[in-house]
Amino acid sequence: MIQRRQLELWVGVFVAAGLLALAMLAFRVGNLTAGEVANGYRIQAEFNDIGGLKVRSAVTLAGVRIGRVSEISIDPSNYEAVVAMEIDGRYNNIPVDTSASILTSGLLGEQYIGLDPGGSSQYLKNGGKIEITQSALVLEKIISQFLFNVAAKPDPAKK
Amino acid sequence: MNPLRRLGKFVLDSVEGLGRASLFFFEVTVGTRQLARRFELVVQQVYAVGVLTLLIILVSGLFVGMVLGLQGYHTLVKFGAEDSLGLLVALSLVRELGPVVTALLFAGRAGSSLTAEIGLMKATEQLAGMEMMAVNPIERVIAPRLVAGIIAMPLLAALFSAIGVLGGHLVGVGLLGVDSGAFWSQMQSGVGFREDILNGVIKSVVFGVVVTWIAVFQGYESVPTSEGVSRATNRTVVFSSLAVLALDFIMTALMFK
Repeated sequence: MIQRRQLELWVGVFVAAGLLALAMLAFRVGNLTAGEVANGYRIQAEFNDIGGLKVRSAVTLAGVRIGRVSEISIDPSNYEAVVAMEIDGRYNNIPVDTSASILTSGLLGEQYIGLDPGGSSQYLKNGGKIEITQSALVLEKIISQFLFNVAAKPDPAKK
Repeated sequence: MNPLRRLGKFVLDSVEGLGRASLFFFEVTVGTRQLARRFELVVQQVYAVGVLTLLIILVSGLFVGMVLGLQGYHTLVKFGAEDSLGLLVALSLVRELGPVVTALLFAGRAGSSLTAEIGLMKATEQLAGMEMMAVNPIERVIAPRLVAGIIAMPLLAALFSAIGVLGGHLVGVGLLGVDSGAFWSQMQSGVGFREDILNGVIKSVVFGVVVTWIAVFQGYESVPTSEGVSRATNRTVVFSSLAVLALDFIMTALMFK
């Protein structure tokens, strides 16, 4: 029979290792630290087409992630997609004439919102709205546009 | 006995067994109230079901992670997406393989030994002896084992997933040359704390309850002969494996939409 002290020691090691593994999963594997936006504020933007954007997609400024998409809905008056974003409270000096576009990371990667700051000295506040937006590039539309252009152009070989 | 009667008896026995198991679970749950004063009983059992299961969990986790790394790499490299290897390994482990494989190993290693131990206690009339001394065997023997199983199972599953991720890293980055930064960053951007890790922990807690419950119930209900104990041990492993796999499907359907 194992000594009581030793037994307690082993159980302690086991519980500590288990909790450590859980902490590693939470911080190293998951994004507990990066996922939550600290005392953020909310802004909105309307897009014609959001493509594959999802809730929790990243919002970036100059490539740096400054927030996340928190809600996606439809504006019933003009059938545009309304994307609400939660922006980290540290970045509270985004000009009101900033433009938002939906970009793709890599060729077929995830879609995210890229912000392009304007020159205004007034800053977006909680509940503010970005007016200048650019929709997602939908691959099918680009291909059909390209094919349409090719077909419309007179073939130089036939001249 | 004709087949129809046998079928009827089987159904009635199964339903009766389920009812008995539920009442037994309730009784044990009531019995756990005594454990606050006698926590060393739980610590002893955590050693028996947790610490002694540690080695098999760590070794299996490492190998499962390494195999995931190998298989995932060869599939992903066809699409030029081998940078997502970390995400693939981590999601498979945290959501499914960690809780499920740990629960299956736990049933085989700890569940079977719980059943055999309690069954032998019953066969050698130790449980009856306790009752003679006005000690409730459910409070003294069964309750600490159930609590210990519920404590140990999520910790073991977390260790399995964590070491599996390291195993995947070992093979993917060390052997196959995936970029280490991409491995971790893709993983961190794709694995969510609440929807993936917390759901995995919930799964492993449920599996811990079910496997330990089946194990102690089968031991407590076993026919007190050497053949009866062997049959009870066998049933523990079969029933708890089936229960784990079925519950896993239901929980996955509920959690990941």
